Amino acid sequence: MPTLMETVTMADWFRETANWVFLLIAFPTVFGAWRTVSSDNIVRAVLYLVVALGGTAAMFLMLGAAFIGWTVVLVYIGAVVILFLMGIMITRAPLGAEAKLSHGREVKVPAALLSGILFAVIAGSVVDAFGASIIRPFEPTLTTDLANVLFGRFIIPFEVVSFVLLAALIGGIVLARQDDVGGLE
Amino acid sequence: MIVTTTWFLLLAAALFSIGVAGVLIRRNALVMFMSIELMLNAVNLTFVAVSRELGLIEGQVAALFVMVVAATEVTVGLAIVVAVFRTRASANVDELAEMKG
Repeated sequence: MPTLMETVTMADWFRETANWVFLLIAFPTVFGAWRTVSSDNIVRAVLYLVVALGGTAAMFLMLGAAFIGWTVVLVYIGAVVILFLMGIMITRAPLGAEAKLSHGREVKVPAALLSGILFAVIAGSVVDAFGASIIRPFEPTLTTDLANVLFGRFIIPFEVVSFVLLAALIGGIVLARQDDVGGLE
Repeated sequence: MIVTTTWFLLLAAALFSIGVAGVLIRRNALVMFMSIELMLNAVNLTFVAVSRELGLIEGQVAALFVMVVAATEVTVGLAIVVAVFRTRASANVDELAEMKG
């Protein structure tokens, strides 16, 4: 096909599988995030959050970061979402209070405006910084390499973060105990 | 003409902005936590995308640490919400004004 022009036609664009796979994942991800923020039903908000998190996990797989991607599936979709559902069941508000999940229009409009401005600023700086970047062929990250870095140079932060997790575990138990001494009661 | 790093960064920017809007709009503590999770995930996506762009693996390590902190935040946050709910029977953040001077 003799092409003298540099312009990329729609057909060329769609011939790249990665392009439309990206769009196929990106649109449900953004939609899920949007519905998480806007849904009036709190259980639906959690389930839309699953869509958004699953989309980002797929994005990590597209970026060749398989370990991060599957960790998102296990930790976020597996554990955090279940925690949220449990929290909803425990703090089950009366049914009439469902409409009070969000603020009214007087907060929504400035918030949407602010979020739009924030997106414009981030998008502008991203295009400015990486707009000219071309894709390079890349190898998927091996979990072995990640583990070597994590348990080599990053061993001290890793241990510190383990202690943070332990502290959170104990703190969660202490805060949620029924017969706590000197708690919030 | 294939997906470049910019696309992933723009998607992350969109998710982060939506998360910010969620924190501002919502008044239920649980849904605000969900919005914060959304923002942390967007930051992770940025970390991993730039990590691939620059050919460095440290971005993925940072993403793992962010995930640990996010899990911690949800655990302690939910415990606090449950403790508050026990005394106030509500998860609405506007009603928690005891510390107001």
